[in-house]
Amino acid sequence: MFESLTDKLSHAMHQLRGTAKLSEENMSEALKDVRAALLSADVHFKVAREFIETVKEKCVGQEVLKSVTPAQQIIKIINDELVKLLGEGETGLSTNRPLKILMVGLQGGGKTTTSAKIAKFLKKDGYNPLLVACDIYRPAAIDQLESIGEQIGVPVFSDRSSPDVPLIGENALKQSQIEGRDLIIFDTAGRLQIDAPLIEEIKELKRRIQPEEVILVADGAIGQEAVNVAESFHKAVELTGIAMTKLDGDARGGAALSMKQITNVPIKFAGTGEKLEDFDLFHADRMASRILGMGDVVSLVEKAQESIDEREAERMADRMMAADFNFEDMLNQLSQVKKLGSMQSIMGMLPSISGMKVEDKAENQMKQSEAIILSMTLQERRSPNVLNASRRNRIAKGSGVKISQVNQLIKQHMQMKKMMKKLNGGGKMKKLMKQMKSQGLDPSQLAGGNLGSGLGGFKGKLPF
Amino acid sequence: MRSLFKKFKEGLSKSAKNIADKTGGIFRRAKLDASTIEELEEALYGADFGYETTEEIVEETKEAYRKDKELRGQDVAKIGSSVLRRVLDGSEGTIEFKDDRPTVICLVGVNGSGKTTTTAKLGSQCKVEGRKVLVAACDTFRAAAIEQLKEWTNRLDLEIVSGERGADAAAVAYDAWQAAKSRRKDTLIIDTAGRLHTKSNLMDELAKIRRVLQKRDESAPHYSLLVVDGSLGSNSIEQARVFHEKFGLDGLIVTKLDGTSRGGSLVGIYRELKLPIFFLGFGEKAEDLQAYQIENYVDAVFGLEEEVSA
Repeated sequence: MFESLTDKLSHAMHQLRGTAKLSEENMSEALKDVRAALLSADVHFKVAREFIETVKEKCVGQEVLKSVTPAQQIIKIINDELVKLLGEGETGLSTNRPLKILMVGLQGGGKTTTSAKIAKFLKKDGYNPLLVACDIYRPAAIDQLESIGEQIGVPVFSDRSSPDVPLIGENALKQSQIEGRDLIIFDTAGRLQIDAPLIEEIKELKRRIQPEEVILVADGAIGQEAVNVAESFHKAVELTGIAMTKLDGDARGGAALSMKQITNVPIKFAGTGEKLEDFDLFHADRMASRILGMGDVVSLVEKAQESIDEREAERMADRMMAADFNFEDMLNQLSQVKKLGSMQSIMGMLPSISGMKVEDKAENQMKQSEAIILSMTLQERRSPNVLNASRRNRIAKGSGVKISQVNQLIKQHMQMKKMMKKLNGGGKMKKLMKQMKSQGLDPSQLAGGNLGSGLGGFKGKLPF
Repeated sequence: MRSLFKKFKEGLSKSAKNIADKTGGIFRRAKLDASTIEELEEALYGADFGYETTEEIVEETKEAYRKDKELRGQDVAKIGSSVLRRVLDGSEGTIEFKDDRPTVICLVGVNGSGKTTTTAKLGSQCKVEGRKVLVAACDTFRAAAIEQLKEWTNRLDLEIVSGERGADAAAVAYDAWQAAKSRRKDTLIIDTAGRLHTKSNLMDELAKIRRVLQKRDESAPHYSLLVVDGSLGSNSIEQARVFHEKFGLDGLIVTKLDGTSRGGSLVGIYRELKLPIFFLGFGEKAEDLQAYQIENYVDAVFGLEEEVSA
């Protein structure tokens, strides 16, 4: 992993201690580091240079605040500037209906997957989508779209016999009118921006279907090439938005800044995984901290809030306070944590430990606990007291673990229950919950200490 | 093996023009001035050479300029290419085929880097050279990946072993090895599903493919090659690092160099990990995969042949 900008800067900033004002001279070392950080995050050379100039202007003459270090202050300025640049423009989609979206980009950027993700995403908002297979070149590309379409329950228009892409587009439009569809997404073949015949083809397709949105799909790890790509596609088909994909990797995604700056086309989507629900609207602030290597704490907190079903959480809290915590509740907790994503992806969002690998042990242990509980009967889950030796033996066999492991889980459950009783006794639990809620955390995930200890001291064992 | 791919030069010359164009402006100049350094820097960063190599070339150029104010553009090109040659020393990978067993080549990489296309191209080229090739479709995850490879093997008249979508990739690899043995094939090329290096469960799946192959041949896979998209930036180093750690790599194949990207990330990867580069990909046709050679790459990057020796 790259050294985070924060680390780099704090080193350069050491000498700034005691200075009262930021000046060009005393900042030059720090700005050099900022430049290196931007360049190693794949921000385009020219964009990085301009950016540094802007930041310099903003910094020079600023009084150094007493409460923060100069490094923090500069980072704040840089971060704000980045957020401003990244977030400029309309990042939402056109509200026209029918809404026609043309997807373009290089090979392997993730156009087909992103098309399906957008369809799925907007279907939830009540759109009636149609996917159109315009990639007639790559072997089995149509099969891929059809297969994904089936997964998300969205029909796919294709014509395997036609070599005429603009005509396929037109026919798809006609079809969509007959069927009353109000969202038509055209998935096209990957093409190089210098491939003249293919660029002509997509220009013609665009002319015939008149899309409201033209989205460039770009790999989040793309390098300096991003600028050429975005510029050329913008010139050819007038982009209305950019989708950055594969952001579940650890690329810093500096290309997002480059493309935005050079073309002034807003970034509208962020793809964060292979699953079709791994999709998000673009958040400039998150991208900014990603480029700067400061982790993504905001995203994590929001993700936690979203994933955990509010009502489920409340019910859980009630049950825990009644000290009636059984294996069903434990299973519930496990699946809530799972909804957050893998431990590794959660770790990736945290700045201080993003470079560390989560031990698979923790994840495996969660899976194992789940398997054990799933091997219990309903009665056993609800009243753990009935778990005698023969039942334990059966459960161990059913979940493929040793009896000792089943025993261990039962013991952990007992301990959790005991602990809750204790907490509840003094009314401490209620207080604790209140406190956590006020901090924007959901108590259900933390109660019992599962996620809490998972994140804080994740090297330690999970309590179940 | 070297005679296997003769078209290297032609392929690179496609992208060579772009590389030379970017940097050529400076190299053609009779005398340098201060703005030259910045242009040089921009061209080098633009080629994704990464921070270290770029700074190294820039520093050496500055140093030479201090000593000799009469420095010409060609001298800069020479400095650049000598630094690059130094950095890339030993980076040529060659495949040495086994005589007594199928040579197993396993292609891995992140999503969309071009593994399936490269599998087909490599298979076809080996076949042209008279080898008996079997291709294994072990991407059982991505929708229609198997169909894609099948379509390729139909076109190129290659034999393929595949499983159902969703099947265990390692099982398909195992079957493929068996099939290679019983059909007396001498080369087995395995296409795997794309996976981001940050997903540890998917990385474990790769380890399983290796384990299973080793049940039949302890030395397999003989070549585990990471397929890297040439238009990616610094993150490709991270990709290579993790794949190397988790799976063990023997080298790289850099694809999609037919665009304007200069594939400079291979320099960064080699610098960091010393993983040799085997092939470069220049397009979607079967013959667009060529053996990598340092001299050709460096010359192309700095446009030496056209600009300097002329």
